[in-house]
Amino acid sequence: MRFQDAIPDTSPYMIAGYTVFFVISAIYLVSLAVRRRNLERDLKTLESIEAESRRATVRTPVPAASRARAKAARSTAPRRKLVRKKVTRSK
Amino acid sequence: MQAKPVSLKVLDAFSLLLLAVAAYLALVFAPTEAVMGQVQRVFYFHIGTAWTALLGFLAAGIAGGVYLATRDQRWDIVEVAAVEISLVFFLITIVLGSIWARPVWNTWWTWDPRLTTAAVTELIYVAYFMLRQGIEDPDRRARFGAVYTIVGAISAPITFFAIRLFRTIHPVVIGSGDPGAEGTFSMVADMKVAFFFALFTFTVIFIDLLWNRILMGRLAARVEQLKLSLTH
Repeated sequence: MRFQDAIPDTSPYMIAGYTVFFVISAIYLVSLAVRRRNLERDLKTLESIEAESRRATVRTPVPAASRARAKAARSTAPRRKLVRKKVTRSK
Repeated sequence: MQAKPVSLKVLDAFSLLLLAVAAYLALVFAPTEAVMGQVQRVFYFHIGTAWTALLGFLAAGIAGGVYLATRDQRWDIVEVAAVEISLVFFLITIVLGSIWARPVWNTWWTWDPRLTTAAVTELIYVAYFMLRQGIEDPDRRARFGAVYTIVGAISAPITFFAIRLFRTIHPVVIGSGDPGAEGTFSMVADMKVAFFFALFTFTVIFIDLLWNRILMGRLAARVEQLKLSLTH
């Protein structure tokens, strides 16, 4: 490139350089947007699953049949007598 | 769901505006260099992206150090964000340099100290993401990442100073370099305007992208936390 009279035409390289810059930058920006959107969707799904499982553990409905069975078992069971034990102190 | 802050939206718009002005200054305003011709205009964005990458690698090293001191997961998010952005910008730097080298050095690539250290730095940080992928435990992964980025941050200044320390054909535009360097030129006033404006623009773009990427990192951490709590 030394001892030249005119400026060499290197514009295709310049165009290639700036094209590479804008293409890679655009790909990165799109990847950021897509990943963010996917994460937001995942978060929404996970939060709804978590809320559902919390609701299920707080208000678990007891079937009527098992409620009746439990009541019957309580009424037929013999009552325990309270026995007071005599405590003797050793001298 | 996290909404983007208004200040970040303003910074996004401001960054785009700055990029447009920087492109105008580099492509139209700056005079054509007499020896290399139009390809010299690649230099403004080549340096700008390299500067951003250097900032990011150093920021990641600092974030890694702070994480080790505090064990706060937020610093791990900052570290990952900085490395990712730097990796992208450093890739652009290497490709732009290669395109510039073809007409000036008559080759796309040569194993010159600057080019070699640049390639090594890029590969170090590609490996960083590959290795992180293999660790499931968030604390272990963050600890590993912190140590890795601190060690990795050493490679960034070595790459930066390679053209000042070793015999190289890579030109040094600011300061004095090797007399055997090919493609050296001295900047006139208008070139300096385009150059410093590009540096400023890429610094703002880096801050903007880092902020965006940190918000995304927080979102990813929340998703991971929820996944772990639902499976255990």
